[in-house]
Amino acid sequence: MTTIASRPSRARRRAGAVRTGFAGLAGFAGLAGLAGLAGLAGLAGLTLAQPARADILIGATLAETGPAAFLGEPEARTLDMLVAETNAAGGIRGEKVKLIRYDDSGNPDKARTFATRLIDDDQVVAVIGGSTTGSTMAVVPLFEQAGIPFVSLAGAVVIIDPVKTWVFKTPHTDRMACEKIFTDMRARGFTKVGVIAGTDGFGKSMQEQCLAVAGAHGIEIVGNETYGPQDSDMTPQLTNLKNAPGLQAVLNAGMGQGPAIVTRNFRQVGLEVPLYQSHGVASKSFIELAGPAAEGVRLPAAALLVAEKLPDDDPQKPVVLGYKTAYETATGQPVSTFGGHAFDAYKLLIAAIERAGSTDPARIRDALEQTRDFMGTAGRVTFTPADHMGLDETAFRLLEIKDGDWTLVQ
Amino acid sequence: MAEFLQFLFSGLTVGAVYALVALGFTLIHNASGVVNFAQGEFVMLGGMITVFAAQAGLPLAVAAGVAIGVTALVGVALYRLAIAPAGSASVVSIIIITMGASLFLRGTAQSVFDKQIHRFPAFSGETPITIGGATLMPQSLWVLGGAAVVFVALHRFLAHTLPGKAVLATASNKLAAQLVGINTHAVLLLAFGLSAAIGAVAGVLITPLTMTTADMGVSVALKGFAAAMLGGMGIPVGAIVGGLGLGLIEAFTAGYLSSAYKEATAFLVILVVLVLMPRGLFGPKDVERV
Repeated sequence: MTTIASRPSRARRRAGAVRTGFAGLAGFAGLAGLAGLAGLAGLAGLTLAQPARADILIGATLAETGPAAFLGEPEARTLDMLVAETNAAGGIRGEKVKLIRYDDSGNPDKARTFATRLIDDDQVVAVIGGSTTGSTMAVVPLFEQAGIPFVSLAGAVVIIDPVKTWVFKTPHTDRMACEKIFTDMRARGFTKVGVIAGTDGFGKSMQEQCLAVAGAHGIEIVGNETYGPQDSDMTPQLTNLKNAPGLQAVLNAGMGQGPAIVTRNFRQVGLEVPLYQSHGVASKSFIELAGPAAEGVRLPAAALLVAEKLPDDDPQKPVVLGYKTAYETATGQPVSTFGGHAFDAYKLLIAAIERAGSTDPARIRDALEQTRDFMGTAGRVTFTPADHMGLDETAFRLLEIKDGDWTLVQ
Repeated sequence: MAEFLQFLFSGLTVGAVYALVALGFTLIHNASGVVNFAQGEFVMLGGMITVFAAQAGLPLAVAAGVAIGVTALVGVALYRLAIAPAGSASVVSIIIITMGASLFLRGTAQSVFDKQIHRFPAFSGETPITIGGATLMPQSLWVLGGAAVVFVALHRFLAHTLPGKAVLATASNKLAAQLVGINTHAVLLLAFGLSAAIGAVAGVLITPLTMTTADMGVSVALKGFAAAMLGGMGIPVGAIVGGLGLGLIEAFTAGYLSSAYKEATAFLVILVVLVLMPRGLFGPKDVERV
């Protein structure tokens, strides 16, 4: 709380320093009469540079470039689109929203720098961001200390488990993806499963989570393999899985090109059992990259991916279809679930600010925690003091690739 | 037996990719003693330009030709605009310039093209060839064949042609080469252009297997660099043996030991080799010039 109290005074101090600088310069030039004018001009410049007092400042630090750019880019475009939308509709209670957005390129050090700047210099009331788990975890302590609500767009369960007072997140966790897959495997009568995973953060984390919850779902792991995220051939690993005793299904945890190569190699070595991929490949480019080999692959994914295919009575349909249409019209790019996480984060935050009726970070946080039955692209969200993600397993839809397109598995 | 063959095929496929990339380091290193850290970006440009030229409606073969030509020009431009102005700067400074060039090319590719993963169809279809119960993709043969052709061409160029010998002379002693009438600027220009073209050929051939993105260059160059060091930097036969060796070690470790140890084993072998033979398997023995 002390940080919040000291913030306005810091801004005033800075403004004062700039003003004396201007006056001093003008005085040095000997134009005493103009000194007052110059001072005024300096003041005017300041008020222009600083957003009008009534603006609601929301910060964001996203990985718009670098290896995680496929996350940060749609997130940034979504936020820009939504802020424009809010302001065009008259803002929140007549106050405009101003987004202050930094590109941390997924680098935890840069994320920390920008988080500090957002808290100390920009004086934002809340922050959306952390495209990756690494950059999120790097900034969490800063927001906890400063007392600014922070909505993360990253996947891992460590972000909200244990619960942190000021930290929320919108995406599903990899543990939920594992549970969704294992439930479907059991329903189809498969209990002996081979796991193959990338050694990048996403693959590694999901592999750990899947191995941890397998037992509880009555799944026996008969083979466990890994591959490097940039590897070009996974046939040795898949050959070993093929020879695993009693293999009934294979689960691949990974993102990027790895899963597409796994899928191609899977057919190449003649594996006949069903292949499950993770939500890490839930984009159209996976089907393009894996080609005909992707036929019959199942994966858990957010409803956004199959927006048009949802039954009309599905309560999530208007939300996902609305976002998809708006995003694709605004950017000309196909929608991705990652942008959807930013959509959810922004909508949750705006709703909380409206309910709080104030821009005090502490009151926004409290309002955010009281979110009930918010329908977002990731599913129905109900935050509680013990749950800062608020999604359940039903939010994942199980998809199967048929004829080069997604279909809903009922 | 089928398992052994499958691991062997996998090792050859991956190894051929490494070898092809490693060959790209050869020429520039021979001409200037510099390890070009932008070599991976040449591979990336080969793949990405082909993808986008093909999307623009060109037939795949033409698109690949365009990609190789444009990348060679990028190599020439890199020398003209970044390396040549550095004049007689030390090798270390020039290596740092190539690192900067690598970052620049990656960033430019991200904004000119996009940040997505791309692929184009394999040249001879996607039906695996089955031999003794193991399978091999036809594209792997293209990569192996490409590595062989580039290898033979490089070897002949360096050993049997006048420009090739000029390259070696420039590397050996730039001042002496100038004194006997070799245009060392032209030699270096040629080396950068050809290295870029070799990188682009690699990019074109491997993309159906590895796929391509604007930031693939770093990881591709890292393995290619490791392969080149293993075989002996600047020696074409070293690049081939180093690349295939590295691929086979990885595949057999993943197959028989554990996939978790495959990179570790490969780098352990490289360490041992480099401790025993610091110039690599085929590197020249250390000779003190007096």
